[in-house]
Amino acid sequence: MRSAPVILHLDLDAFFTAVEQLHKPSLRGKPVVVGGVGGRGVVSTASYEARVFGIRSAMPTAEARRRCPNAAYLYPRFPAYRDCSLAVMSLVREVTPLVEQVSIDEAYLDLTPTHPGADADEVAAVAEGLRARIRATTGLTASIGAGTSKLVAKIHSDLAKPDGLALVPAGEEAERLAPMSVRAIPGVGPATAARLATHGIGTVGRLAELGADEAVRLLGRAHGTQLHAFALGLDDREVVTERAAKSVSAETTFDVDVTDRVRLGLHLRELAERVGERLRKDGLSGRTVVLKVRRHDFSTLTRSTTLDQPTDDVPLVVRHAERLLAGLDVADGLRLLGVGVSGLSLYTQPDLLDGLLDAPEPPVRAASGDEGDEEFVRPDAGGGAGSGLKDAAEGEAALTEEAAMTSAPTWRAGQDVTHAEHGAGWVQGSGVGRVTVRFEGPHTEVGRIRTFAADDPALAPADPPVWHAQAEGGAGAG
Amino acid sequence: MKFRVERDVLAEAVTWVARGLPARPPVPVLAGILLEAGDDGTLTLSAFDYEVSARVTVAADVAEAGTVLVLGRLLADISRNLPARPIDVSTEGSKVQVTCGASRFSLLMMPADDYPTLPASPEPTGSVDGHLFTQAVAQVSIAADRGDTLPILTGVRVEVNGDTMTLLATDRYRLAMRELHWNPTSTDADHVVLIPARTLSETARSLGASGSIDVALGATAGGDGLVGFEAGRRRTTTRLLDGEYPKVSSIFPTTSDTEAVIKTSELVEAVKRVALVAERNTPVRLRFSDGQVAIEAGTGDDAQASEAVECALTGPEIEIAFNPTYLLDGLGAVGTDWSRISFTQASRPAVLSGQPEQDGAADTSYRYVLMPVRYAS
Repeated sequence: MRSAPVILHLDLDAFFTAVEQLHKPSLRGKPVVVGGVGGRGVVSTASYEARVFGIRSAMPTAEARRRCPNAAYLYPRFPAYRDCSLAVMSLVREVTPLVEQVSIDEAYLDLTPTHPGADADEVAAVAEGLRARIRATTGLTASIGAGTSKLVAKIHSDLAKPDGLALVPAGEEAERLAPMSVRAIPGVGPATAARLATHGIGTVGRLAELGADEAVRLLGRAHGTQLHAFALGLDDREVVTERAAKSVSAETTFDVDVTDRVRLGLHLRELAERVGERLRKDGLSGRTVVLKVRRHDFSTLTRSTTLDQPTDDVPLVVRHAERLLAGLDVADGLRLLGVGVSGLSLYTQPDLLDGLLDAPEPPVRAASGDEGDEEFVRPDAGGGAGSGLKDAAEGEAALTEEAAMTSAPTWRAGQDVTHAEHGAGWVQGSGVGRVTVRFEGPHTEVGRIRTFAADDPALAPADPPVWHAQAEGGAGAG
Repeated sequence: MKFRVERDVLAEAVTWVARGLPARPPVPVLAGILLEAGDDGTLTLSAFDYEVSARVTVAADVAEAGTVLVLGRLLADISRNLPARPIDVSTEGSKVQVTCGASRFSLLMMPADDYPTLPASPEPTGSVDGHLFTQAVAQVSIAADRGDTLPILTGVRVEVNGDTMTLLATDRYRLAMRELHWNPTSTDADHVVLIPARTLSETARSLGASGSIDVALGATAGGDGLVGFEAGRRRTTTRLLDGEYPKVSSIFPTTSDTEAVIKTSELVEAVKRVALVAERNTPVRLRFSDGQVAIEAGTGDDAQASEAVECALTGPEIEIAFNPTYLLDGLGAVGTDWSRISFTQASRPAVLSGQPEQDGAADTSYRYVLMPVRYAS
């Protein structure tokens, strides 16, 4: 808690779809949905135009399509989002060194080091200045909540959306929070809210009036004490700059529930290989192997086992993950499988027997290609990396549609491509051996569409386009 | 059945047999100890859990021969706590009466008919000195895997070739090997078996006090898949682990570039102290230079510690990092005043051996191969 509202929570507005609209002039002002576009995908982000139709994050894409059939449904382009995130975060770090990036599009700032003794007016000026620079430099809009604690800042950045600033002067926290639903407080989910509702507590103010003792009786010691303090606007959590990565994981969502253990084993191996690759790339190793599954009914389970020694060894991770999977009932089918390694450290204990042990037999590959792979989910990549995803809901998009039905290259809706003759563009749709591309870039007019054979040799995947500040005139990121 | 036996004799025998009884037996009868009183004045006690069998024969005044099965741990507790007087044991109906002085216990008789048949007593293939064997097993079994990822690594590989016995174990991060002499019944003895390390070290400890241990390996051990040990009137069998042990001979470095000789106790003390800051077995770093080895642990963000110990070095200086527990396990096992550590590279396995004299040669009958820790970057 600070004595002035110097803690800021910055959140980019509808980040994924904002980047899409920035890069694709034809989508500006139109409903855009980014997420798993396949049969079982879920929405990662819906643009504000799409939210009008009631589309929300984590909603099954199938339901979103029913609500708004005419929206653009795009696969996520993580490299593009990462580039934009890096640009935003470097602007943020110019304001204060005390930055805690909590995900790809979210960060807490503490202005104390650079603006000692700042009052509410000065904080407001700094925050508006930052928002203006983000807009000018990256074309994206950010909303900022400012308060004396992370809690107040976080709640108010949400209220400021889109493209706004909400500042709570010191001393007004409890008063501002009082009329809000208890669900506004982080840590109050449906279960806690339901429990509070049975006691007639619907607002933060009522929870605050309850008194700490009663809150503890209702919610247990740890939870009750914390939530009651939050209800009064009290939050001692500091803005922490260095949050080392806590885990490295990869997961995949299946288009159709999978019950076949051989196929699950195959996926497990692929996921573990990706985790191992990532660990080795970052020079990390971990002691705890985590298996995550989501059942047909969306119930999600994690199982973990801790080793003697940190490892980055794929066969070892596979072996432990297989044992964890063997302990679970998959008869009803799994819709998601994930493998992770946590308890990370910067050293590894290499294995004397490397190469001397028989590698476990890889299971026979089942003949199918009906599921999509997901990006690495790394909830809190170290400061600056910006590779974390917003939350679990964003991390579970299933990323295929017509994928792999034919041997032709897979073109995903939203993908950046380049054509030898027509230049840069993006995939508007594909299927039955054809792909439709709209040729436009961040600084062009709305482009024309052309259709090619999916295996047209002139067509190639391309890197994400770059948005330049000097072209501001033509690129309002509505 | 009716017999009388001295308290100390019974207590010792029951304790030894009951030591391997499962805490939660898969079948209730396996919690029992089988008492067999013979007309020849012997009392035989047996326990078996399908993996390990233990059997001991003691002298007793047998008035009436017979066989009963009683709860093993209970009998062990009772016999240890009775006064030092003769104990009378007899059957009355479905109960076993245990009387000693003024103490009387009435124990439930378990169904002896359901008790599994113990594996046949093996014919020995040779014998080994009890103290030597116990020491060797202790030196090697520390390196066996305690986890259950790869069952074969929880075993000690025992190979006999003529009069040489080689014990070897590894948990993938360190490997311990000990060679010793034994006395085979036939000079062309040639066996390789994999014995669960935990059972082997318990067996060696409980039999080592006797001068000599008979060892039964291979087909003579009452069928394949069993190893038998016998010392005095104690006999035990253990089911062997099944599986192909990794071919570890390539792990031993064939050359060494740097060799360091250090007083074992000094290095142990220093590593223990420095490792106090090494939370959860984070590595200790050792920098060997002529005249001393500098030991460090901890990182800039946390507590740090350092200490230097005298050391005689031949070859180039080297900086290397180890898991402190693994290093201490090895240093604790060499059993000599001096230790010699050989290195090639900081990323390659180091070999630790004992050395009786500072200026002498290393005693390579025991070798402890230790994989160094690798830092990122």
